[in-house]
Amino acid sequence: MTEALQSSPLRAGRLGLAFSAGLVFAAGLVLSGMTQPLKVLGFLDITAVTKGAFPGLWDPTLAFVMGGAVCVTLLAFAWTQRLAALPVFAYQYHAPSLSQIDLPLVGGAALFGVGWGLAGYCPGPALASALLSVDALIFTGAMLLGMLICKSFLSKKAQIGS
Amino acid sequence: MLANLHPYVIAAIGGILIGLASWLLWWGLGRIAGVSSIASEVLTAPTHPDTWRWAFLAGLIVGGCLLGQGLEIPTLPTRPLYLLIPAGLLVGFGTVWGSGCTSGHGVCGLGRLSLRSLVAVGTFMAAGMITVTWMRGAA
Repeated sequence: MTEALQSSPLRAGRLGLAFSAGLVFAAGLVLSGMTQPLKVLGFLDITAVTKGAFPGLWDPTLAFVMGGAVCVTLLAFAWTQRLAALPVFAYQYHAPSLSQIDLPLVGGAALFGVGWGLAGYCPGPALASALLSVDALIFTGAMLLGMLICKSFLSKKAQIGS
Repeated sequence: MLANLHPYVIAAIGGILIGLASWLLWWGLGRIAGVSSIASEVLTAPTHPDTWRWAFLAGLIVGGCLLGQGLEIPTLPTRPLYLLIPAGLLVGFGTVWGSGCTSGHGVCGLGRLSLRSLVAVGTFMAAGMITVTWMRGAA
């Protein structure tokens, strides 16, 4: 299978499609203002909603971004596999298999949320603006290091467990 | 043309584009457009023969750079390292430990009606809101 994926037309299709998806993703992030940390922090600053008439000083932009995106993915994940038994350039759909609500899920999300609230970047916008500002570049470097630290921590844990 | 639209409408259009990009990756490659997973996989297996992850990241970085410049999106002056570095480390560590970020759990996971993702989104939104409230109170 992995060899077959290396056949040239399929390979070119996969790369072209993944690159295009990255471009469209970036366009959505930039257009919606999500590459501007102050807009994200303005959304997370929920208590500002009490300052003045609704929505007060709160910036609800991110809710519109999420709403627009999830409307599309609800359709995407409900329909795609019914319309196409296989992805165009692959031999299977790789749906996430985990289903348990466990400590890594909640603990990881909580740590991520704290970092997000400190700087206003999540991984997509950080990468999409890494070449535009030193602020984003430094954050992105630290983020990639954090990912590596967690990956090595998880693989050590797996070794001890086995 | 865009300038005449209400900012919330532009935000929703941007969101729709993010959703369409995620759809494209699912329909074409059968993959979840989760930026933290894609980036961390590339970090630990950079020479993996299936290079679609590199292509996606290249599109994201190049697209963000060109469009950000083209639309003259304002950038922040560099904030202190004692803020940026712990924030980056937490986001990197947390998204790998929790198996996803705003794209994988938020945009894709909620679209897949995944309970795990709903819990993750609720948790990181709440943690982000508490952090900002605390920061603004301390400042």
